[in-house]
Amino acid sequence: AAGMFLRVLSDIQWRAAHPKWRRMSGSRRSTSTTAEPHPLPLPAQAQVVICGGGIMGTSVAYHLSKMGWKDIVLLEQGRLAAGTTRFCAGIVSTARPMSIELKMAHYSNKLYQQLQQETGVQTGYMKTGSISLAQTQDRLISLKRIASSLNVMGIPCEIISPKKVLQLHPLINIHDLVGAMYVPEDALVSSANVSLALATAASRNGVQIHERTSVSHVTIQKGRVTGVETDRGRIQCEYFVNCAGQWAYELGHSGEEPVHIPVHACEHFYLLTHPLQKPLSNSLPTVVDPDGRIYIRNWQGGILSGGFEKNPKPLFTEGRNQLEIQNLQEDWDHFGPLLSALLRRMPGLEALQIMQLVNCPESFTPDMRCIMGESPTARGYFVLAGMNSAGLSYGGGAGKYLAEWIVNGYPSENVWPLDLKRFGALQSSRTFLRHRVMEVMPLMCDLKVPRWDFQTGRQLRTSPLYDRLDAQGARWMEKHGFERVKYFVPPGSDLLDLDHSKTFYKPDWFDIVGSEVKCCKEAVCVIDMSSFTKFEISSTGDQALESLQYLFSNDLDVPVGHVVHTGMLNEKGGYENDCSIARLGKRSFFMISPTDQQVHCWAWLKNHLPDDSNLVLEDVTWKYTALNLIGPRAVDVLSELSYAPMTAEHFPSLFCKEMSVGYANGIRVMSITHTGEPGFVLYIPIEYALHVYNEVMNMGQKYGIRNAGYYALRSLRIEKFFAFWGQDLDAFTTPMECGREFQVKLDKGLEFLGQEVLLEQKQNGVYKRFTMFILEDHDTDMDLWPWWGEPIFRNGRYVGKTTSSAYSYTLERHVCLGFVHHFDENTGEELVVTPDFINQGEYEIDIAGQRFQAKAKLYPFSSLFAQRRRKDEVELSGYQGE
Amino acid sequence: FYLTPPQVNSILKANEYSFKVPEFDGKNVSSVLGFDSNQLPANAPIEDRRSAATCLQTRGMLLGVFDGHAGCACAQAVSERLFYYIAVSLLPHETLLEIENAVESGRALLPILQWHKHPNDYFSKEASKLYFNSLRTYWQELIDLNSGETTDVREALINAFKRLDSDLSLEAQVGDPNSFLNYLVLRVAFSGSTACVAHVDGVDLHIANTGDSRAMLGVQEEDGSWSAVNLSYDHNAQNEHEVERVKMEHPKSEEKSLVKQDRLLGLLMPFRAFGDVKFKWSIELQKRVIESGPDQLNDNEYTKFIPPNYFTPPYLTAEPEVIHHKLRPQDKFLVLATDGLWETMHRQDVARIVGEYLSGVHHQQPIAVGGYKVTLGQMHGLLTERRARISSVFEDQNAATHLIRHAVGNNEFGTVDHERLSKMLSLPEELARMYRDDITIIVVQFNSHVIGAYQNEE
Repeated sequence: AAGMFLRVLSDIQWRAAHPKWRRMSGSRRSTSTTAEPHPLPLPAQAQVVICGGGIMGTSVAYHLSKMGWKDIVLLEQGRLAAGTTRFCAGIVSTARPMSIELKMAHYSNKLYQQLQQETGVQTGYMKTGSISLAQTQDRLISLKRIASSLNVMGIPCEIISPKKVLQLHPLINIHDLVGAMYVPEDALVSSANVSLALATAASRNGVQIHERTSVSHVTIQKGRVTGVETDRGRIQCEYFVNCAGQWAYELGHSGEEPVHIPVHACEHFYLLTHPLQKPLSNSLPTVVDPDGRIYIRNWQGGILSGGFEKNPKPLFTEGRNQLEIQNLQEDWDHFGPLLSALLRRMPGLEALQIMQLVNCPESFTPDMRCIMGESPTARGYFVLAGMNSAGLSYGGGAGKYLAEWIVNGYPSENVWPLDLKRFGALQSSRTFLRHRVMEVMPLMCDLKVPRWDFQTGRQLRTSPLYDRLDAQGARWMEKHGFERVKYFVPPGSDLLDLDHSKTFYKPDWFDIVGSEVKCCKEAVCVIDMSSFTKFEISSTGDQALESLQYLFSNDLDVPVGHVVHTGMLNEKGGYENDCSIARLGKRSFFMISPTDQQVHCWAWLKNHLPDDSNLVLEDVTWKYTALNLIGPRAVDVLSELSYAPMTAEHFPSLFCKEMSVGYANGIRVMSITHTGEPGFVLYIPIEYALHVYNEVMNMGQKYGIRNAGYYALRSLRIEKFFAFWGQDLDAFTTPMECGREFQVKLDKGLEFLGQEVLLEQKQNGVYKRFTMFILEDHDTDMDLWPWWGEPIFRNGRYVGKTTSSAYSYTLERHVCLGFVHHFDENTGEELVVTPDFINQGEYEIDIAGQRFQAKAKLYPFSSLFAQRRRKDEVELSGYQGE
Repeated sequence: FYLTPPQVNSILKANEYSFKVPEFDGKNVSSVLGFDSNQLPANAPIEDRRSAATCLQTRGMLLGVFDGHAGCACAQAVSERLFYYIAVSLLPHETLLEIENAVESGRALLPILQWHKHPNDYFSKEASKLYFNSLRTYWQELIDLNSGETTDVREALINAFKRLDSDLSLEAQVGDPNSFLNYLVLRVAFSGSTACVAHVDGVDLHIANTGDSRAMLGVQEEDGSWSAVNLSYDHNAQNEHEVERVKMEHPKSEEKSLVKQDRLLGLLMPFRAFGDVKFKWSIELQKRVIESGPDQLNDNEYTKFIPPNYFTPPYLTAEPEVIHHKLRPQDKFLVLATDGLWETMHRQDVARIVGEYLSGVHHQQPIAVGGYKVTLGQMHGLLTERRARISSVFEDQNAATHLIRHAVGNNEFGTVDHERLSKMLSLPEELARMYRDDITIIVVQFNSHVIGAYQNEE
């Protein structure tokens, strides 16, 4: 079998490179002739214990040891580079849609290229390049978007014609192609040997590697890792790294306190053939045909071809049932559609003889992104797993970021999209994972258009108003398991069309959202925003205020009843969270954060708040339903319902008061809307939710109230230049860089996290600046729409990327938000970005290779909107009078 | 007059029903995987009935087909009631007491059966109270009788059949103050029905048969071929033992008049049946009940007609013949069907058609390349052919439908002829009965893995 062949090959090389290992790792073949050698005893303690000897574990060990950490033990239950690593197809591909993934893959590629030289282990690295084919125009657009981001990273990449494809690869049938993307520096490599090379280098640097040692569980005391129990004894350690691949979930659940790592395996098939009559060159590029769901690479003169079928076969739902991944059953009927796609793409291969169909399980995650980082509940417990079949491409970069994370406390790039803390226990149900990965695996090849949503594992968390809103035509999206309304389809619209709209151009909800926005501007809309994370912090004395003053950059010592927008910053002044905090009393605070902060923010606060039983932190997310009343008429609706004056004199902006609404008492009303529009958010104890909603809708009728969704909210906040955490803001962005100096009180007289960096930035300037772009020559009806991640060009030079975008119905233009850097023209060094630098440039935004002129702004159009609104108000009240 | 294939399908599939025993993530501990059933009417309205239910207070599953004659009233009543009588007969003493106490104190009753019904399979609402009271009397007697012994399935089946038939008879004699019900119980008693019922519990399969419907086991031989094993004997004139039995039960003087033209007393095809009090009651009783009965009954020539040579009733019994079979892994399915099927098809053909259908859907052997030399093109061709084969079998998603298609549409070569099918299905109501009978089929599929595991335990 080919798998066995690979295995044997790597064994030989392994021993050649590392004779001393022979004693440590019992070899199957040596047992027949000599007595089993005794393995070296495990050390009693180590600084770091890594579990898993696949590409992830060895990469982490390699990078940790490179950074100077020596006291490291790597444990592998079977043999090194067994598992998924052993069967991996060996393709290193940098064409990744997400910037952080692209960076990891790029780094991996460079690392693997020099690995043989560094370690002496043959890795079989071969720079072949890769061609991604497009059978449709939409696919070509998605490739062009990737090409744009590769190019600005300095990675060679071009969009080529079908004819050029044929020149690069003579076997490809090009008749149904509209174009392709060529990445000349993509490579092939033996993943098992890469893993062995990394292990070799690590072990030279002092890392101890023990095979045939399995971890039974990790011991955790007082929220910290204290050690590891193995079948060969206990090792005390400060850090534990779970790189157990398919078994990461189970290992996470094996201890007393579970660490939730949402991964689930699916079977993955690829085909190996005998060599062609004239053996294929080993420099022939790898072909990816996403519309056919297949990839094809040259392999020992023949081909290796696999794919991601529409109907994947999940496995190990109940848990592990074997040690190393044995070669599972071949299933030709299942592979049939992929074989058809292969022969359609390369009809010349008909007569090629089959060698084997390999079944190699891969692990997938709920959102198709890998999982790395520290457990929110156990300090020192790190995870790197769930590679969604791109483990080889990510292995090098992911290992590097995780090593940095362990050594420095944070990685050198923003890895929030991959952070373990984006998940919680709620994504850890096996049924949920089984169903979700069955959707995720086909998605590897599916076309992903702006604002696509997962369809499985839905309706897990819902607002009490869910059914009411659904009955009124709500269309839903999901965030952190919570259903949120996108928009409301008016009765009589063609529902089917709307649900199936998949386009890079103007979507068919355009007018629907437009009318919701209009209603927000002119009358009043209600948006259910219950998904937001809500914490309460209170204390017996001043502990709450003191701790928050240290953790937040704005001044929270405000009169009771005030609301403060503030960043929760890290030591480098970057946003760990962006919240609104209401001071409910002298000693109690109510904190609103983005939906996906539930786990991260909780862990951050738990780690930073003093261990004081008089200081209480409570997650009250589930206790309140939040209704956002946006628009000039919100005041009228609320004052009628509460018999309390709500005008600006009585209820100024950024104010919070508990009051009655309808029959319900104790509703927390805050004069914020998260959009810059006038209005209120009502935090309603859930048992009153339906009552208050009904009252608001009934009373609002005469003011023209209607339901609205998050798309309207997005359009409103982006045209007002409001940054959102998780989209625009991250741990590498400071308030100074996004025009929020006013939310930082450097002079509040108390020390706070990140203060030093902010002071420094205030004096010396910032190296990037959050900027608003208004697209000038962009035709909303005809041109591609921006999404996020589009390169920004200033005077023809790349200066940064967009982070979010929306159509502004007020400006009747697209608005993109993004960061502008200043790279030195000669050295590429980052320079200070001044307002003048922003204002004096000519800007273009690159959407899938097409550049549109854009006007840069550092401040929102506040005056323009204010005028407009007053004028509209007059008109509307006149209309009401009639 | 010509029916298009979709029209043919809509006729064939109108009454089809499938039930899969629920499994949790690949785990199914029942020896039954599920069943497919279907009916094709020839009479208008159809006189066949079918039933299927899971016993909730004991283990096992009940399935049955009922072929009515002289109307559908008796078959309808039996299809509604018989399984309750069987389930009650199987219940242990404590459960019976619990149920009785619940009824007594007006508490919620333990559910006894979970029915698996096609929407067209109806239950009579009006008679439910009457039926319930009769059933309750039965279990009260069982409680009083408490033998203390564990219930034997064979005995339970026989008792249930006999008891229900006697209740049918009694209800008709007593009558009901409600005129609708009064007429109903008389129609039930004066019409008749056969019954062929299967009880499956683990590897224990019991068939209780009364009349000329039939149960047949589909067995896969080691070479993959299919064979049929009968699990019931037809109670009709072709069955020597049955003719013998009837003759034994009556004086020698009647020997010649008992069976004429292959019919009981020259009238009735099945030799055992529910209802049919014309063959069970004394002449006096028949006359008395008819005279005091409603006018509709008096107007009916059939009911008033007394069979010739009617000297020593009863001539007919509902007592079933019970066959017990221990399921083996090679026993893949069970077919229960009314004589409408068996008149047109040989059991061997039935075994083959169902076997090939079921294995086509579920048991296509996986392909392994092994050491053979196979090219990509050859493999592609093979896979395409396999897919095509599956999709042709998939025209029917129901084994019973597939069987009816063959029963009605088979030509002399044993393959379905669309033209023939179209003709047979478009016959006008009054002619249909001349060319075919009502057909009712249940195909039960067994879980060989579970059965194999049972065997290993023993």
